[in-house]
Amino acid sequence: MKRLFAVLLIVLLAGSLAFAGGDQEGGSIKIAVAGPHSGDLASYGLPTVKAAEILVEKVNAAGGLLGLQVELVIEDDVCKPEVATNTAAKLVGEKVVAVIGHICSGATKAAMGIYNDSGILAISPSATNPGLTQSGDYPNFFRTIAPDDAQAALEVAFALDTLGLSKFAVLHDKGDYGKGLADFAKLYLEEDSRAEVVLFEGVTPGAVDYTAVINKINNSGAEAVIFGGYHPEASKLISQMKKRAMDIPFISDDGVKDNTFIKVAGEYAEGVYASGPMDTATNAITILATKEHQEKYGEEPGAFYLNAYAAVLALFNAIEVSGATDYESLTNALRTSYVETTLGKIKFDAKGDAEGVGFSMYQVQNGEYIELK
Amino acid sequence: MDLQYFFELFVGGLTKGSIYALIALGYTMVYGIIKLINFAHGEIYMIGAFTALIIASALSFTGMNPVLIFLISTILAIIFSASYGVTMEKIAYKPLRGSQRLSGLISAIGMSMFLQNYVLLAQTSDFLPFPNLIPEFKFLEPVKSLISPSGFIILVTTAIVMILLTYLIKFTKTGKAMRATSQDPKMSQLLGINISKVITMTFIIGSSTAALGGVLISTHIGQLNFYIGFITGIKAFVAAVLGGIGSIPGAVLGSFVLAWTESFGTGYISSDYEDVFAFLFLIIILIFRPSGILGRPENKKV
Repeated sequence: MKRLFAVLLIVLLAGSLAFAGGDQEGGSIKIAVAGPHSGDLASYGLPTVKAAEILVEKVNAAGGLLGLQVELVIEDDVCKPEVATNTAAKLVGEKVVAVIGHICSGATKAAMGIYNDSGILAISPSATNPGLTQSGDYPNFFRTIAPDDAQAALEVAFALDTLGLSKFAVLHDKGDYGKGLADFAKLYLEEDSRAEVVLFEGVTPGAVDYTAVINKINNSGAEAVIFGGYHPEASKLISQMKKRAMDIPFISDDGVKDNTFIKVAGEYAEGVYASGPMDTATNAITILATKEHQEKYGEEPGAFYLNAYAAVLALFNAIEVSGATDYESLTNALRTSYVETTLGKIKFDAKGDAEGVGFSMYQVQNGEYIELK
Repeated sequence: MDLQYFFELFVGGLTKGSIYALIALGYTMVYGIIKLINFAHGEIYMIGAFTALIIASALSFTGMNPVLIFLISTILAIIFSASYGVTMEKIAYKPLRGSQRLSGLISAIGMSMFLQNYVLLAQTSDFLPFPNLIPEFKFLEPVKSLISPSGFIILVTTAIVMILLTYLIKFTKTGKAMRATSQDPKMSQLLGINISKVITMTFIIGSSTAALGGVLISTHIGQLNFYIGFITGIKAFVAAVLGGIGSIPGAVLGSFVLAWTESFGTGYISSDYEDVFAFLFLIIILIFRPSGILGRPENKKV
């Protein structure tokens, strides 16, 4: 009986394999979407799947690309590097032409080497780790989001050129994101002869108060504070500084460019500078993309939806412009031809970062973040 | 300039130490009476802050004077938290009285988690702004770089509370009963002291000072969420242990020592190691004085 069952199972498995094999023959362009689709970080990965589904449906309805239908292969990496390598190996086996993903920087790094060896390109909507493009290890990597260091560079340029300040206290919350940004800000300030870093410190998130740190800023003679971190610490710092009559500019990042910050810090938030993704809400394609999402899924799009939408558009454009699906022509097309996307008109530079995607500086004015032009 | 900086750090430590002291009192008093480390004490502090926020937000619609709002919400927060403290004792600790010490400790940890999650579900997980109810004092203008109005209020309030508490413990009948219970609960019971009443009183006082601390620090830093009780509670607990748990002057002294260690450590070395200084100091003290600065070594009967 047991043996019969085993035989049956093998037959069934073989049958399903044959079926899958048969499917592959049908002349389609396979595009993969990889990222966390389950687990606690699924909310970062699923909007990308939705963006790809919407666009693939649309392009197939219009006759496909190069006369072929586009097929999506969706794989979950749970945002874990060790799973991402398996995901990548699976997608290589599926013979996809390109990957939209991965989502998390760590998982992306783990997968990129495998794609590189197999001549598959990947466009990530969300991996912001600077090394992915700057190390030069992954010529097959592209992204439709600005790297972390671009934000620090913008903050420093803004403080030096626009505000004309020279002495800075650089603070962070000791976290990966906050400290990473603060490290870059410090590096860029030290490279510039006009600037001086008079204080570089980490504050403890959740501490009872920051009086001692504020005394230290005061004593250091800093003309401005550059803070890397999230809004709870930022609002604590700024309100205690203002209460002590310290009125120096406070410059922070997109962890602070959040309306919760204004809500919590209240009147003390007034005048705070923060960098954040450029506002593209008035862009025609962005409006269309958001409307399509609402129609299909009945809700507002989630994290990185617009970046993913732009990534898929860029890939489709590259396939159409080059008229081919091989690695050489696709990467060449991505680097040379401009495409209108949800993030504006973009193309990719030699390293794989999108030109024209970036951050702007915002300032709190009358209880609202206003983009500074 | 340097002396000014030293003084700034000193005053900063004094403010922080006052808050630690208000909370550490609850730990040390409860421990002194029933030998229980009440881990849910930090949550009472958080509930006090939340109650004050809710009442203050409701009252601010009436256009009342901010100082009056501050006073009313503080008093109501104290009453509310004190009843929480007493209820907590009745539900989680009283049934375990007389059983192993560890059972009470586990019960306290459970209570702490319960209260945290209760507030998380009933309120929100977001940070909420706490209104600034303390007016700008004119006479503080010249020393504004030294101390903020809320810092000043914290110092004054803590001083008043300490004086009242000393009076209560040293010169009233309740205080006498508390001291007796702390020394020998069985003997005091034989002499006609109602131990249950003394314990209830201890929880009322401890919870009230914690709630007061919660309101003061929330006004000072202008924000709160359901999690604020945890870290502050741990710090105050460390302060109580540092000073000698069970001893009231010890808790106050421990709080200031801890706060100054943090303040000067941050000011002269680096805030990256703020917690390292605090705990390093604790370890050093405990090596040389295992029962804390003012703690009396426990007599073990063989």
